[in-house]
Amino acid sequence: MYEEVGPTVSVFDRAYDDPVRVLDEDGEVVGDVPDLDDEALVEMYRHMRLARHFDGRAVSLQRQGRMGTYPPLSGQEGAQIGSATALAEDDWLVPSYREHGAALVRGLPLKQTLLYWMGHEAGNATPEDVNVFPVAVPIASQIPHATGAAWASKLRDENDAFLCYFGDGATSEGDFHEGVNFAGVFDTPTVFFCNNNQWAISVPRERQTRSATLAQKAEAYGIDGVQVDGMDPLAVYRVTTAALEKARDPETDRPRPTLIEAVQYRFGAHTTADDPTVYRDEDEVERWKAKDPIPRLEAYLRSEGVLNDERVAEIEAAVETRVADAIEAAEAEARPKPREMFEHAYAELPQELERQYEEFAAFREAHGDEAFLEE
Amino acid sequence: MSETQNLTVVQAVRDGLYAEMREDDDVLVLGQDVGKNGGVFRATEGLFDEFGGDRVVDTPLAESGIVGAAVGMAAMGLRPVPEIQFSGFMYPGFDQIVSHMARFRTRSRGRFTLPMTLRAPYGGGIRAPEHHSESKEAFYAHEAGLKVVIPSTPYDAKGLLAASIRDPDPVIFLEPKLIYRAFRDEVPEEPYTVPIGEAATRREGGDVAVFTYGAMTRPTLEAAESLAEEGIDCEVVDLRTVSPLDREAVVEAFEATGRAVVVHEAPKTGGLAAEITAIIQEEALLYQEAPVKRVTGFDVPYPLYALEDYYLPTATRIEEGIKEAVEF
Repeated sequence: MYEEVGPTVSVFDRAYDDPVRVLDEDGEVVGDVPDLDDEALVEMYRHMRLARHFDGRAVSLQRQGRMGTYPPLSGQEGAQIGSATALAEDDWLVPSYREHGAALVRGLPLKQTLLYWMGHEAGNATPEDVNVFPVAVPIASQIPHATGAAWASKLRDENDAFLCYFGDGATSEGDFHEGVNFAGVFDTPTVFFCNNNQWAISVPRERQTRSATLAQKAEAYGIDGVQVDGMDPLAVYRVTTAALEKARDPETDRPRPTLIEAVQYRFGAHTTADDPTVYRDEDEVERWKAKDPIPRLEAYLRSEGVLNDERVAEIEAAVETRVADAIEAAEAEARPKPREMFEHAYAELPQELERQYEEFAAFREAHGDEAFLEE
Repeated sequence: MSETQNLTVVQAVRDGLYAEMREDDDVLVLGQDVGKNGGVFRATEGLFDEFGGDRVVDTPLAESGIVGAAVGMAAMGLRPVPEIQFSGFMYPGFDQIVSHMARFRTRSRGRFTLPMTLRAPYGGGIRAPEHHSESKEAFYAHEAGLKVVIPSTPYDAKGLLAASIRDPDPVIFLEPKLIYRAFRDEVPEEPYTVPIGEAATRREGGDVAVFTYGAMTRPTLEAAESLAEEGIDCEVVDLRTVSPLDREAVVEAFEATGRAVVVHEAPKTGGLAAEITAIIQEEALLYQEAPVKRVTGFDVPYPLYALEDYYLPTATRIEEGIKEAVEF
């Protein structure tokens, strides 16, 4: 879909603490701009705006009691959209639970993301043509899956790449070590994308590890590690594209897996159940807000003449409509049928489970829904 | 009579931690977000300021590390109280729990003992995200070498937590988060213990014995009150410890009526209700007037919250189960 972005060596042959950058905080070019056409650049911008607006609406739905606990992503759009945009059509995305923005780039309808956080399992039923794994809430547990799924692709000579997201906190889990180590040993086409947003709920990044960077952990697994400014969507795109190409290409003399540390910040709470003012300073938040990925890309695109007031307003309006429509559709969804609890547990419902369902159904028939929905 | 305070369950947990840390310098808390943040449910609020970062420790995000490090500390004679943020996240630490926490005493023939208490909020009904609502106490009750304690009142929360921390053996202390803030109770300010392994009769009655624990105690009592109006008189027994079970209390309550119901939110198969039923079979078969009725969650993965009301036993479901046992 997109052209190559030059020799991959330039991205991986650098110090671990020297993040790849393309745009500075004001949107001025400070590195190699990836070769993306105007339409693709505007699409990235549109997706970032969509993710940001969706996020604000989702938080407010939770506040109004229209949705359950929700993990916000604001501040992390550059990392999510920049990386997901780099995926080829057949590649796969293996999320944790905050990558609503990346998922929408891959074609997951916003309605599904809403349904999941509204407590509907249907939200996790990704459409057949959307190469996205189900949300993984237990920290780091999806990392070995991404290794195994990529390994399967390699064993079948399909050589699709798998982009796996997780946070800074996840790098402390055993599953991180085991998943990345397997990837190194079996040379699987996996890109491990660490959204280092500085905070695992209230625990700061420096409390997770004494390592100076997370990228350098790659060294011990014998794979490539690289740090990128995670709030610079073009830098993220560039690094992820290089890593994905290397993952897919069995001819390369480099290891296929890569660990990318995307340095960024979550502007909001860990989830709507969290109050970050208890553990972090407003000054720190403000410092990171100056790096906001959206105005950065917008400034660059305006300076290139790709965006102007009119187009921005157009995008804004379209984004608002799309999110409003998705919310309307999600809220119009009926409460799932209780039978759904039972019918997806096995390919064939075991007899005992069928019996439990029948007992349940008879009780519901006799007493009505108020017997369950009572407080 | 000592002074009391009017506390919720979670405040009583916090008060219990505070009291034991004041009493014994070897007691320390470790886990995720337990320090400056005071715990995601505020169960450790203020402890960091009171006791400092060496005794109220924010760890890296690693459950196996938390449990395993606590095993090492306890082997050296400290009394660690590790917190796992939600019981649904205990599994990375499961190997440490079953392979080491449960077995250190046995494996070392008593050379090493583990006076540690692993706390975790558990159970459903709070509209939580995926993996935040399960009730898997049976896993731990199945593992010899562990004690498994589940309070259902603020008074018991403080007293059972103190007993767990002072116990020479490892305890899994599961806190029913549905009732963390549901009601208040008079809780003594002074430290005290409630003995592990003793059930409590919450309501006396001569028609049927109903056994339950944790968050299900309240809907069970509600069902009992409602049935009293229909002339059915329920004895309600709160087990409080699910391992070791208070066999004597189970048998005694059962023998009085010959009818029993067990209520828990955990899935039915292999749940504690099966164990209670077996105890009744073993000890009181000749008293039996009706099959033991189980009112439990279903044998399905815990659903996301749009369906959880259908999954959890409610007062009406419990009432129907009791009627079945009484009318048999």
